[in-house]
Order: sequence, then C-alpha cells, then structure tokens
Amino acid sequence: MKRRLLLAIPLLLFIALAALLYRGLSLDPSSRDSALLARDFPAFSLSSLEDPEARLDASLLKGQVTLVNVWGEWCPTCKQEMPQLLDLAARDVRLIGVDYKDSREKGRAFLEEFGNPFEVNLFDPEGELGFDLGVYGAPETFLVDADGVIRYHHTGYITPEDVTETIMPEVRKWQ
Amino acid sequence: MAMTATSRLASRCLGLTLLAALLLALLMGAFADPARAAVEVRDFDSPVTAERYRSLTGALRCPKCQNQAIGDSNSPVAKDMRERVAALLREGRSDREIQDFMVARFGDYVLYNPRLEDRTLLLWGLPAALTLLGGVLVALIVRRRRRASARELSADERARLNALLNRPPDTSGDH
Repeated sequence: MKRRLLLAIPLLLFIALAALLYRGLSLDPSSRDSALLARDFPAFSLSSLEDPEARLDASLLKGQVTLVNVWGEWCPTCKQEMPQLLDLAARDVRLIGVDYKDSREKGRAFLEEFGNPFEVNLFDPEGELGFDLGVYGAPETFLVDADGVIRYHHTGYITPEDVTETIMPEVRKWQ
Repeated sequence: MAMTATSRLASRCLGLTLLAALLLALLMGAFADPARAAVEVRDFDSPVTAERYRSLTGALRCPKCQNQAIGDSNSPVAKDMRERVAALLREGRSDREIQDFMVARFGDYVLYNPRLEDRTLLLWGLPAALTLLGGVLVALIVRRRRRASARELSADERARLNALLNRPPDTSGDH
C-alpha cells in the first residue's frame, strides 16, 4: 500500500504542475505590477498642456488622492477610455493627466474632442516623466495617495467595469 | 546473472543519458548569447564602452514586448531605454547602476538574468535541488537493484533452478 502511494507521487506532481501552467495560460502577460508601487511619485518639473509658462512639480500630488492618467493624442485606446475617465471625474475623483510624447496642438485638440476630465495636464513631450514612471505604452493610470505615494497601477484600457469594480474601491481605500 | 547484467546496463545507460543532458545544458548556456542587432549607430569613446553597451542592451528586456531585448526591439520604449543606457554609460555609471536604474522604473521584468536575492532563491535553487534529488534517487535505486540481484541463491532456489534446467542436483555450484 505504501509503495502504491509512492508510485502516485509523480502523477500528483504532474497534476500540480499542469494546474499551475494552466492558470498561467489565462493570465495577461502585459499587466504587471508597477515597480513604483509603495514608492513616491517620481520628481518632475514640467509645464502644463494649457500653459507653457507653468512649472509644475510633484507637490501637485500632495494633499489628496489623485488618479494620474498617462495619455496621448496618438493613442487610440486613450480615446476609448475617455468616457470612463469622465465618469470617474463625475464621481469626484481628482484626475491629473500626463500628455505623453505629444504636441500641444494635438493634445489640446484631443481634449476638445473627447472632453477634459483632468484638473490639469502635465505636458511631457519627450516622455521623461513617462520614463521615470516606467510607462511602456499609453494609457497607464496610477493612483497616488495624499502623501504622494503610488498605491495602485492600471496598465492599459480602463473598462466601465474597472471603474466600479477596481478603481473606485482603490480610491476609497486610500482616501 | 542475467539480472545483474541488465541492471548494470540500465545504470550505465542512465549515467550516459545524464551526462549527455548535462553536456547539452552546458553547451546551450554557452551559445544562448542573445542575437543582438543595434538599431542605431552609436559612437563611444572606447571599444570597451561600446561592448558594454552591446551587452547591456542585449541583457535588458523590453517591457512592451513579450520576449525581446531592448537591443533588438523597435518599440518606442526600447528606443528610449537604449538612449538612456547610452547616456548613463557616457556619464560613467557602472553596469550595476544602469541595471538598478532600469529595475527601479520597469521592475525585475527587465532583467533577463534575475539576480540572486532572497526572493529569487527558489528560482535559482529549485533546479539544482531537483537535479540533486533526482541524482540521489537514481543512485539509491541502482544500488538497491544491484544488491538485490547480486544476492546468493538459497539452497531451495538452487534446487528449483536445477530442476528447471533439468540438471542433476549435485552439479550445482558457483557460477
């Protein structure tokens, strides 16, 4: 009987491995936790999309929970995402945009066409802030708490379900 | 006698197979240097720096792509990362500092060669531990079989063997 059990060990190991790999099949390899979770929002000094003379830095993010959304006129998914961002703004979430690798004209035209849920938009034409945030494709969204610490990271498209099921609970959690 | 020969042959085959697998693994390790195609032409003041650039961009993984080094990828983020690697090299930073810089932004994902840390002990140690375990198991099995087959026949068994071989009982002796 003991030998029988010993013989079953390879089978059990195989089943465990198969289960692990099967789970891996349904994971999204492009969504990973940001390396910046639980870290301070990176320092920056940028103008705003609205005002080329403005100088904004990371103190902008202190004091209240903020969603920072990295977008660009060149990014089709960002257009699809705008209704969800407008919805979040309507739910009294503070949103700040990062206009990433874009031109002022195109960025402004984008907001005119699709609406502007952002309190202000950081203008990042060279993608420096994006690089420090570890952005590898827009849209990406970061939740920053009142102390300026990054608490949640969303890679890619925010669906209407994500708004109610993930983003809003995260916002409330850190408020 | 026949049993001993078979088990000896089996253990020799197993030994050879293990040796071949080991050699294959070593060869693959030696030739697994990723093919690198520098996308831009860059000038460095010394060939040593140029070589370091080549090896760094070959060992940093593009965060946007599934499995490509930044030296191989055309994606915008890979281009930004190559530029940053070149800039940091010109500033005189060490390879380790440049890797740390990328990991701080894009996470451990960008290292093709994970570092040996507390968190990665399982990753690095499991293959070695499993190989060791397998080796010990095989050695135990081979030894037990050898011992079992090398056992002297009892008087009863010898009588039965002689009966089967149709030999008179007295002619039995050592093989």
